[in-house]
Amino acid sequence: MPAPDSTSGPAIANVSRRGFLAGTAVFVLASGLPPSALAQEKEKAFGADAMPNGWRDDPTLFVAIAADGTVTVTCHRQEMGQGVRTSIAMLVADEMEADWAKIRVVQAHGDEERFGNQDTDGSRSLRHFHMPMRRVGATARTMLEQAAAAQWGVPAAEVRAENHRILHQASGRSLGYGDLAKAAAALPVPDRAAVRLKDPKAFRYIGKEDVGLVDNADITTGKAVYGIDVRLDGMLYAVVARPPVFGGKVRRHDAAAALKVPGVVKVVTIDPPEGPAEFEPLGGIAVVARNSWAAIKGREALQVEWDDGPNAGYSSAAYRDALTEAARKPAKVVREQGDLAGAMGKAAKRVEAEYYIPHLAQAPMEPPAAVARVQGGKAEIWACVQAPQVTRLRLAKRLGLQPEAVRVNVTLLGGGFGRKSKPDFVLEAGLLSRAMDGAPVKLFWTREDDLRHGYYHAVSVERLEAGLDRDGRPIAWLHRSASPTIGSIFAPDPKHLLPFELGMGLTNAPLAIPNFRVENPEAPAHVRIGWYRSVANIQHAFAIQSFIAELAHAAGRDPKDYLLEVIGPPRVVEPTELGDVWNHGEDPKRYPIDTGRLRKVVETAAQGIGWGRQLPKGSGLGIAAHYSFVTYVAVAAEVAVDARGRVTIPRVDIAVDCGPRINPERVRSQMEGSVVMGVGQALTAEISFDKGRTVQENFDGYVLARMDTAPREIRVHQIAWDDPAMPLGGVGEPGLPPVVPAITNAIFAATGKRIRRLPVGDQLRA
Amino acid sequence: MATLTVNGTQRRFDGDPEMPLLWYLRDEIGLTGTKFGCGVAQCGACTVHVNGQAVFACVTPMAAVEGGEVRTIEGLSPDGAHPVQAAWRELNVAQCGYCQTGQIMQAAALLAANPSPSDADIDGAMSGNLCRCGTYPRIRAAIKRAAGAAKGGRS
Repeated sequence: MPAPDSTSGPAIANVSRRGFLAGTAVFVLASGLPPSALAQEKEKAFGADAMPNGWRDDPTLFVAIAADGTVTVTCHRQEMGQGVRTSIAMLVADEMEADWAKIRVVQAHGDEERFGNQDTDGSRSLRHFHMPMRRVGATARTMLEQAAAAQWGVPAAEVRAENHRILHQASGRSLGYGDLAKAAAALPVPDRAAVRLKDPKAFRYIGKEDVGLVDNADITTGKAVYGIDVRLDGMLYAVVARPPVFGGKVRRHDAAAALKVPGVVKVVTIDPPEGPAEFEPLGGIAVVARNSWAAIKGREALQVEWDDGPNAGYSSAAYRDALTEAARKPAKVVREQGDLAGAMGKAAKRVEAEYYIPHLAQAPMEPPAAVARVQGGKAEIWACVQAPQVTRLRLAKRLGLQPEAVRVNVTLLGGGFGRKSKPDFVLEAGLLSRAMDGAPVKLFWTREDDLRHGYYHAVSVERLEAGLDRDGRPIAWLHRSASPTIGSIFAPDPKHLLPFELGMGLTNAPLAIPNFRVENPEAPAHVRIGWYRSVANIQHAFAIQSFIAELAHAAGRDPKDYLLEVIGPPRVVEPTELGDVWNHGEDPKRYPIDTGRLRKVVETAAQGIGWGRQLPKGSGLGIAAHYSFVTYVAVAAEVAVDARGRVTIPRVDIAVDCGPRINPERVRSQMEGSVVMGVGQALTAEISFDKGRTVQENFDGYVLARMDTAPREIRVHQIAWDDPAMPLGGVGEPGLPPVVPAITNAIFAATGKRIRRLPVGDQLRA
Repeated sequence: MATLTVNGTQRRFDGDPEMPLLWYLRDEIGLTGTKFGCGVAQCGACTVHVNGQAVFACVTPMAAVEGGEVRTIEGLSPDGAHPVQAAWRELNVAQCGYCQTGQIMQAAALLAANPSPSDADIDGAMSGNLCRCGTYPRIRAAIKRAAGAAKGGRS
């Protein structure tokens, strides 16, 4: 299908006209719209306009109507548990006036020139695509209306759509969408300006909780296909022995014993990257076999001698000391307001604290896995990837192919959390299929591979100092954040955080403190650092929200009241005034920080948990709030600590203001999941290194929340907004950052013990 | 040579008797509803029933299921209408869904043995099944709902 443009008129109208005549057709509506025309007119682009390949709202790309009325919606964003396949379908179906029972969802392959940006991270899918997807649905509905009006010879204004039919009230006639599909598909796509969006009061699905998840049936019967589940005829299975230390290489290897394992077919060397890690394979020795078990046994039988390289001495204990030392010295200033030294000098009381946040691994339940078939100058991939276009471009480059020769089919993702933004594992699969002369190869990572060779959440030391006036109010604030940057995987040895990392709750903390400085000491990276759900917000929220509670204690004040006071009165703050030039990629005029909304979630969470109520000895309440992904979240936690120092969390209240909600049911589930993930981070989760190797190798060492340690009760409070013109906030990530400090603040209330090092582990053991 | 029954179908296996049941199900007979998550009995994504008991297929060698009856998620019910599956859908338990087949098999075994589990019973039975998305509160609610539905159906 040729790319639509504004002068060529209607493009190809259907994908299978012959099929339709045979009674099985699927029609794709015709198009004449320029992609992202509005985007090109802007001086500085924000939001989806600023993303590679922008957005599309052309219904021919996303909607097909079959003769039996089935509407197939193509979802171009990747499903990893956030519910995007359901939410995108809700947007399209609602504006189309489609019957939910007749909606099917298919997953787009990786092709951003066709579909617009597909990189599913940053809590952006609905924030960036809810309006384009509404217009997709509305435009399709308009074309169905026009087709019916033409058939009846009445003005289009006299007909209306209702639940999968077009009605003409005056004559009492009606036609179903299936009956109109062919005629509608032959019409030119109307001009964007001529398409009428629904009155939000008439929404059937948007903002409602009546539809179930589109993948519910497949998930509950085992039919859902994830990357690791793909099966092709003649497929081989592979695992890779990678250097145990990042930056290491194979010195020599002996494959003889591995090749004797029944089922092992071949042993293949994968070269490590020459420069920065980027998304390249780490290199190593692959074992290709007839089944997964033979591949695993073959790898165990490999004899490999490694050159551990420059990071062989990486130890978490020593690195923590180095970060702490760096955080005690003046460093690069990244935000400055007022006169810090003067205010500190005048302070009646000074408080300081250092916080440590360890490396974390995303550890999606489905480890990285991909199937590749590379033959005849072409590559076809089936994989669980968050960024299929990035995957396509990277694989094409590594294999020396044109991007057009690479097709990336996206499966469901068994969790992502940022790990599957990096397609290193897909490149491994592609290289192995090529090495096997084009036989399809399923490359999968074991859990040990996942924890030993990850793109880890950055370890961090956060040092804070404050000066309080005689009334206990903070008048001076110094925050030094020492943490290796994600930029280290793209450039040789950068030592400072990038603007997007600074803008994750560090420089843009909206606190009403007149003398304010943020510094960023140098921190070299010794492992691959990568995005992990909520990214740098995790350490910034933990430090800032813990420290505010420490100041409240120093001032003898209630932590909730003190937090509200430090947030200050309701006001609208431009992020640029706070030194944040990034603002999660959004227009600072459209997305300023509204401290009134931050206050409101604090008050809502506090009210929800019954802030101030009496609790038995050993129990306590804690509260924390954080603004990230242009969404406001506060968490209030109740914890109980027994005589042996064991923590249980009977209840958590989480309040979220993400602006207007498309799918409140999935907002709730994302908040619930954030709380549970935060419990693991607070209490037990840590990746640490010794001699360059991870100490934790599986879920027995990397301990996450389980049924018996998760809160028994999680109550989600959603701030409701009726104004659909209000910009949307993110949902997938902003719930997580305030969870951990709410829990550790509650532990302080319960025990008097301040947790400054994560996870809690055995720090409370009597 | 091992013989076993999988979802009511007689099967023969003449490969490595040490091969875990997990890989036999997934690679040899294409039942990919049983998932790989850890390989060391730490996450429960591979939970299946062997002779009616929930087991972790990743650490169950083929030699150990000789003559046994294996039931996987694909065979839990003919049409996905087991009360646990229905409750999972009604409460939209799943996020990514990857661990849920194992969770469902574990919950079905729990309810078969204990039709009215307490919260402590649920903790005891379900804590071997990890969910990284954090769906535990809904899993708990869905187990209680399925228990209620099963009781309602009997009365």
